[in-house]
Amino acid sequence: MIGLTHYLTLAGIIFTIGVFGIFLNRKNVIIILMSIELMLLAVNINLVAFSAFLGDLVGQVFALLVLTVAAGEAAIGLAILVVYFRNRGGIAVEDVSQMKG
Amino acid sequence: MLQNLTLILPEMILFLGAMGLLMIGAFSKGDSTRTVNLGAIAILALAAATAGSFANNAQATAFNGAFVMDSFAALMKVLTFVATGIAIIMSQGYMRLEKLARFEYPVLLLLAAAGMGMMISANDLIALYMGIELQSLALYVVAAINRDSLRSTEAGLKYFVLGALSSGMLLYGASLIYGFSGSTNFVEIAAAFQPQDGILPMAQVLGLVFLLAGLAFKISAVPFHMWTPDVYEGAPTSVTAFFASAPKLAGMAIFLRIMMTGFENALVAWQQIIILLAILSMVLGAFAAIGQQNIKRLMAYSSIGHMGFALVGFAAASAAGVSSVILYMTLYVVMTLGTFACILSMRQDSGPVERISDLAGLSQTRPFMAFCLAVMMFSLAGIPPMAGFFGKLFVFRAAIDAGLYSLSIIGVLASVVGAFYYLRIVKVMYLDAPADEVNEPMPRELSILAGVMTAFTLLFFVYPSPLVELADKAGAVLMQDGMVATDMLQEHLAGH
Repeated sequence: MIGLTHYLTLAGIIFTIGVFGIFLNRKNVIIILMSIELMLLAVNINLVAFSAFLGDLVGQVFALLVLTVAAGEAAIGLAILVVYFRNRGGIAVEDVSQMKG
Repeated sequence: MLQNLTLILPEMILFLGAMGLLMIGAFSKGDSTRTVNLGAIAILALAAATAGSFANNAQATAFNGAFVMDSFAALMKVLTFVATGIAIIMSQGYMRLEKLARFEYPVLLLLAAAGMGMMISANDLIALYMGIELQSLALYVVAAINRDSLRSTEAGLKYFVLGALSSGMLLYGASLIYGFSGSTNFVEIAAAFQPQDGILPMAQVLGLVFLLAGLAFKISAVPFHMWTPDVYEGAPTSVTAFFASAPKLAGMAIFLRIMMTGFENALVAWQQIIILLAILSMVLGAFAAIGQQNIKRLMAYSSIGHMGFALVGFAAASAAGVSSVILYMTLYVVMTLGTFACILSMRQDSGPVERISDLAGLSQTRPFMAFCLAVMMFSLAGIPPMAGFFGKLFVFRAAIDAGLYSLSIIGVLASVVGAFYYLRIVKVMYLDAPADEVNEPMPRELSILAGVMTAFTLLFFVYPSPLVELADKAGAVLMQDGMVATDMLQEHLAGH
């Protein structure tokens, strides 16, 4: 029988993969964008699982809003990445280091 | 239905105004930047006046309790909208000279202001998230507004990645809080978050910690401050002036509201975290700024430190503490905008400059600008009788009344260390020999704004009561049912 704990564990694992993807990735900014999506999807699993478990619709409404905002966020992230690429000629994570201190 | 619409009138004005100005900008034949700028300032003034008209009303909620309007929200909204308007006024000349004058900029600031208004009035996790995202998405774009500059786009990219990370953490916390309280409404969450024998269930603590981390990112409290120096340095200076003022105000307002209404009973779980954030922010803000050569980067560390001082009042978790935070943030915004009015005027023949050494001998070449900047630096350092001193005084008094002695002592020591780098700027301006290149005269609107802010900072001590009373009233509204928290704090301290 699959219970709430299974869903929460799955979401926890996916969220952790997302966070580590942002911090450990040394190659490409696109991977960071994918990691951000993973984090938001983990949240959605949580929300929907809780919503089903509690018998309360608010969680599913929240999940829909998160999906919508995630789409907008990805669009803005890619737009900023494109202007950055035009200036820098690359999107390697090591190159994002003009300012330090 | 009508009440719903009445209560969100300030945000509606901003939304509709932003849409209207976007149409004007997109469809007008010639260059419409000036018209859109003036329109945006007028709309912000109207929204601030509308928000101000709620100041004396009793607390009212709309949209099934997701949106709340009270005198705390009214005061914070007025301050946020006015700060945004001043940021637009200050940006005009700089953006024109840097060939960045685009009509999208004021429109994005209007949308960010609408998001900040939603945040300040949020009384539900969904409303909180939507408000924060509306604000943040506009700010990411604004940071990269100079799209031909590598530094500006890099600032935008860094801000986006770390901002998205913080939103993710906030959301993960929100999902756990929803799951373990059964509701997204702050009032219902407060009923569910009740410690048993002084201990909150582990799952609830986990949700609370993730939420706190996400919010701490937004006000750039240490250890969630990594983005601040890079974004402040890379973004165009007029954008930095905006970042340092209004979003900090709105972030602190929602932080106060969610902790004081949603988690008022769970004080034992979050007070230690706030104390830790406050200490780390004050200490890092004081020490990391010492070696900085770039004045925008220095202001980034300065704002981190000031968030730490505001959190000292927050940690007191009393009505006096909340009103001291409100007062501190108000004075901080005035001082920051005044400082940035001077930084925006730092321009030599070769273009804008931002190194501290470029200010050398400013008192001889531009005495008025040097005087304004010196007053701001004294005030930021917290030297009496400037306004900044009173901000710190109220914050530390609230903390001492709540029994947080070691926190207050660390805070005072950090402010002494911080005074060093503020006074170094005054020394460079007044005692060093003038640089080869002379600073150009201050633009008219910047000198008026800097003069007004300097006069306010200098003369605040003469008649502080109106602002203090406003902050007290707003603080009392937020804490009206928060007495439980204060009582628990007393018990907690008595137990030690």
